[in-house]
Amino acid sequence: MQIDPKKARSYREFLYILPFILLVAVFSYFPLYGWIYAFHDYQPPKPITAETFVGLKWFTYIVSNPVRTADVLRVLRNTFAISGISLFFSWFPMIFAVFLNEIKCKPYQKFVQTVTTLPNFISWVLVFSIAFNVFGSNGAVNSVLTDMGVISKPISFLKSKDHLWFKMWLWLTWKNAGWAAIMYLAAITGIDEQMIEAARVDGATRMQIIRHIIIPSILPTYFVIVMLNIASFLNNGMEQYYVFQNDFNRKYIEVLDLYVYNYARSSIKNYPLSTAISMLKSIVSVALLAGTNAVSKLIRGESFI
Amino acid sequence: MSKHNPGGVQLDKSFTDRVISVITYVVYAIFAFVCVFPFYYIFINSISANNLSERGKVILYPIGIHFQNYINVTKIPGLLNAAKISVLRTVVGTALTVIVAGFLGYMFTRQTLWKRKFWYRFVVVTMYFNAGIIPWYLTMDKLGLTNNFWGYIFPTIIQPFYIILCKTFCESVPQELQDAGEIDGAGTLRIFFSIMLPVIKPILATIAIFAAVAQWNSFQDTLLLMTSTDKYNTLQYVLFQYINQANSLKALISSTTSSSNLAATLARAATATSVRMTVTVVVVLPVMMVYPFFQRFFTKGIMIGAVKG
Repeated sequence: MQIDPKKARSYREFLYILPFILLVAVFSYFPLYGWIYAFHDYQPPKPITAETFVGLKWFTYIVSNPVRTADVLRVLRNTFAISGISLFFSWFPMIFAVFLNEIKCKPYQKFVQTVTTLPNFISWVLVFSIAFNVFGSNGAVNSVLTDMGVISKPISFLKSKDHLWFKMWLWLTWKNAGWAAIMYLAAITGIDEQMIEAARVDGATRMQIIRHIIIPSILPTYFVIVMLNIASFLNNGMEQYYVFQNDFNRKYIEVLDLYVYNYARSSIKNYPLSTAISMLKSIVSVALLAGTNAVSKLIRGESFI
Repeated sequence: MSKHNPGGVQLDKSFTDRVISVITYVVYAIFAFVCVFPFYYIFINSISANNLSERGKVILYPIGIHFQNYINVTKIPGLLNAAKISVLRTVVGTALTVIVAGFLGYMFTRQTLWKRKFWYRFVVVTMYFNAGIIPWYLTMDKLGLTNNFWGYIFPTIIQPFYIILCKTFCESVPQELQDAGEIDGAGTLRIFFSIMLPVIKPILATIAIFAAVAQWNSFQDTLLLMTSTDKYNTLQYVLFQYINQANSLKALISSTTSSSNLAATLARAATATSVRMTVTVVVVLPVMMVYPFFQRFFTKGIMIGAVKG
């Protein structure tokens, strides 16, 4: 029997990538099968069987059990507040980049860019360590304020729920703004120098150049960022909120991702309900992504995924 | 001043321009300070007299410089092991991620690959969904990857972003190069290892640095997977424990200092604060050290966050 050598090669090449395809299948696709736990009375380590199947029990439980409902509403409120603040201030890295670009002293510009990007590369645990060491009761801030006589006893910045959502935005911005600005800086470099020169010759001030040339030129980039922001509205991740949570702020810091983890880890060990919640979250997230992508296609004529 | 006087307008303009300049310089100086000072603050505290740093007396410059803290932390049970695990996962994880991203990026440019487009999408689309932590944990548990070092490695090998970057890079390499190899009788794998690998080194370097930082910074997988053993705690994880569990940290410290150093003065004996600060420096340091090499990859790296499949 004769095998077409071309076909043989094409299958052989597939064999080379097969192990990696299997890795993807196991670690990215197979966990989706775990969603069936949301339809069972699953009590680890007992396996699920036909008897444990409970249909939509856990989904209706979310709305029928007043305590759970209140919990989920609280967590949704936190998620919406924290993501909402991020979305509301999403222009910040853009403006940061625009004015950074106005600095004519290149070494200074480079320096600012370098140091403001650094926090992006450290972990949330390190950010928390910094927060703890600088804002803790013996930290730099409290000790300076006490020495100056502004306060008589240390303020517990971290162990309080005051302005918590805004503080979380501040930490997020401290970590990410410099990095996010790089994309805008790259977009600004792409602007035709002649256009700016022409405006200058015509007597435009710097603010006018920024308003009428630079910002309109980088708005498409900003648009994509806003769309991505909306698409990941429910996906705050849990790391930042996990490290910053404590008994004083837990009711306000628990976003969906953290709640799912905390709830599964709590004494109740209710894996099915946690799975149900995160399943709903995943479905809404994918819908949001598809929706924003469609909007992007409609407005810009280009999708971002 | 009438609007027909160009000199007057000029003066006004340059004045506001200058005000804007000054404000910009000052505001960015504040931003820079806010980003640099915390690192500096923690560093000077880690080398200052411990009784002063514990009471928040070291703010602008180190006082009573000593390096005993860096010796003390090596005596904390578990810390050296955590450092070993952190380094090991960074090295092994990065190496595998990079070579696999390069290989798959190359393979997905091979027109001859069976159902190439389908498999490419099969891999890339995983960026956009996520089963959630519990199904993921249960999967890992079934595979025996909980409380197991390989739990850090296997799930991180395939990174669709990096594969896309490599594929794009491979596409920019002239096809003639591969054709020449083919004529000389090299097979698919031989072409990759002997011809493409040396050519795509720049993109692999970029990926290596980002993957290494991601591995080093990883915290959540320890939290989720290593539920019943301390053996595989990473530096990130133990640092978090030290910050959150001051009491158990005190117990750890007393067990290290009481026996070892009779001459330890108040300024040098380990305190919860000194340990926290010192470990923080140790954990930040590797990132700081590779940071200068990073910078030229920034613009390429930002693509990793906003790339189109």
